[in-house]
Amino acid sequence: MSVQTAPKPVQEKEKTSRRIAFSQKRGKWDVQLSPYLYISPFFILFAITGLFPLAYTAYVSVHEWHLLLGQGKFVGFQNYIDVFNQPTFWKALRNTFSIFLLSSVPQVIVALLLAAVLNANIRAKTFWRMGVLVPYVVAPVAVGLIFSRLFGDQYGFINAILGLLQMDPVAWHSEVIPSHIAIASMVNFRWTGYNTLIFLAAMQTIPKELYEAAIIDGAGRLRQFISITIPQLRATLIFVIVTATIGGLQIFDEARVFDAAGTGGASKQWITVTMYIYDLGWGNQKNFGRASAVALILFFIIILIGILNFAITRKISDSGSSKQGKKSKTTISKATRTK
Amino acid sequence: MRLNTRKNWAAVASLATIALLASGCSSTDTPAASGEAGGKVSLTLATFNNFGYTDEFLKEYTDANPNVTITHQQAATAPDARTNLTTRLAAGGEGLADVEAIEIDWMPELSQLPGAFVDLESPDVEGRWLSWKEDQGRTPDGTLIGYGTDIGPQAVCYREDLVKAAGLPSDPAAFAEYLGGKDATWDDYFKAGHDFVAKSDSAWFDSANAVYHSMVGQVENAYEDPKTGEPVKLADNKVIQDMFTNVLTESKDLSAGLTQWEGDWDSAFQNNGFATMLCPAWMTGSIEERAGGVTGWNIADVYPGGGSNWGGSFLTVPATGKHTEEAQKLAAWLSAPEQQIKAFENAGTFPSQTKAQTEKALLDSKNDFFNNAPTGQIFSSRAIALNDTKPIFRGVNYFTIHTAIQNGITRVDVNKSQDAETSWKGVLTEFSELGF
Repeated sequence: MSVQTAPKPVQEKEKTSRRIAFSQKRGKWDVQLSPYLYISPFFILFAITGLFPLAYTAYVSVHEWHLLLGQGKFVGFQNYIDVFNQPTFWKALRNTFSIFLLSSVPQVIVALLLAAVLNANIRAKTFWRMGVLVPYVVAPVAVGLIFSRLFGDQYGFINAILGLLQMDPVAWHSEVIPSHIAIASMVNFRWTGYNTLIFLAAMQTIPKELYEAAIIDGAGRLRQFISITIPQLRATLIFVIVTATIGGLQIFDEARVFDAAGTGGASKQWITVTMYIYDLGWGNQKNFGRASAVALILFFIIILIGILNFAITRKISDSGSSKQGKKSKTTISKATRTK
Repeated sequence: MRLNTRKNWAAVASLATIALLASGCSSTDTPAASGEAGGKVSLTLATFNNFGYTDEFLKEYTDANPNVTITHQQAATAPDARTNLTTRLAAGGEGLADVEAIEIDWMPELSQLPGAFVDLESPDVEGRWLSWKEDQGRTPDGTLIGYGTDIGPQAVCYREDLVKAAGLPSDPAAFAEYLGGKDATWDDYFKAGHDFVAKSDSAWFDSANAVYHSMVGQVENAYEDPKTGEPVKLADNKVIQDMFTNVLTESKDLSAGLTQWEGDWDSAFQNNGFATMLCPAWMTGSIEERAGGVTGWNIADVYPGGGSNWGGSFLTVPATGKHTEEAQKLAAWLSAPEQQIKAFENAGTFPSQTKAQTEKALLDSKNDFFNNAPTGQIFSSRAIALNDTKPIFRGVNYFTIHTAIQNGITRVDVNKSQDAETSWKGVLTEFSELGF
């Protein structure tokens, strides 16, 4: 535009005003568009590595598709119907939720408590703080090895101790719940320290004045933790819970290394949905159609739970802020009373 | 989970970069190679575990053929190599090595892609292998796609000390005779087991699945119709159902109730868990690894039900390679008896070539962990015994069905959560899920 207008003989006044107009316009564009431009690499990358595979998975899931032989005929929703009719799919779903709850819930609670302890005035702080991260550094395969010795059915360490205490051994690899507990403990071993450090970092940003005020008000440690630490950590809690949910619903490594075959046990006691996808697609069946169908189902389940999570956390934060409002009112009234 | 998947992606990305770089390199080589005959040829050889192909060993070939350079890619485990191979085949053969090593168990699925591998038939290699090994290297329509390298002929490994303590004949020759000698049957093996467990605290064998695996490996057409390749309806498969019930009935007092390759199985070696094991030649290494410090292991030259082979590998030449002719030459050289004897000396892989069976280096080989058992002679005799057996048909769905049945056996033998009858019903359900 400026190129076109420049050679034309125009009055000084008008020219300057136009220039200002254009630069203003450009400035406006700059403000409006450049943020999108700056984040566009992520979305372009996401479209290539995320969106396209997602759409392609949907395409594969309505076809007969073999890993080696490739695309077969169009079958509509037959793959989905087959999957829903398979008891293994429902077992996988059950196991995934069970392992997810058994791992995420204790993990977040223990991480929170550990962080509170680490945040307190203790000796050799750095040592303890680095210590909780050590399990995270250990390679998953090594974790698998260690835990397979712990949770052995006949010669395992835990069963040996139970034997010394005259208790019955636990059938870790045969029964459903014990196998889930064993796998969840593997997950927790790895991730508790990681979450602890995130909580610890968040705790250190809480203003000290709040605690000082609480101490003056006569609040004990527990009271401080419940009334100050946890409400102040709300944003971090939401982050940790959301990532734990997404990760928890995709548990794969730990369950796969739980036995040598890695197919989730003889009666599929601990097969997870992701393992089921792997087994369908890359196992003996090589049935990509069905594997894609399960992958999409899992995708929708995660979205559904994500929405649920969002709704719940928003509710909590809403009620939390109203509570806080009340609290500030009461402190004000207290303050006025003391006056 | 979480970061781990991210890490995996990073690994995949870096692998892809390496692959890109590698393919970039190979494409720069092509003009020279295709430019004139006898120009520089660079070949890639992909193996897994330890084939015994050391750098010095491969240098012999490049010295004799100065125009050839060999890059050896070694995957840590067979499943890694399998995933790599199938994924690349699915992608149309891009990025495959010029010579790809495969395991016998992958044959059924690879046979589905007859065009993906070069037909390796050549007068030079006629009669090179034990006949049953050569048959394994062919697709159902008879195309030779794999040159045999090693095999896993099975014998019976046993704890001489435990057998002796139970008052049974214990030295290798007498024990082999006790298990039925030349025409040993599975019933003989089980009967000896009942005698043994009556007088010992140890179990007779490690795993009901290992026994079933061997037994079903001797059935000509276990799960599928050899003419059509279609799976036989499992509910009507009386032979398999009887075998399933038989193994589980016998296992009640004979089996240690373990799953092979599990932690418990490893520990059982140190705890006198069981007295005998069906062991292919390569298993001797696995036993030694786990039973360190335990004296008393020995090997008997006998096998129930005739003979059996477990495992073994082949070299194939993917058809998409740039130098398939040169690759075939390399594969032929590698799988020749002279080289396989060297590989055996390097890594203990038992050679599959007829000529190698009479080689002094093989026959003289002994294993001091197994009380100096003449392993070379024993396994060679077990391998030759297999020539008399009929060829086994394994179709595309063999391992899918096999896994379903093995799960059923585990439920009874290891988990002890079901009886044989209930478990068989579970097997039938799993079979129906496969949707044949």
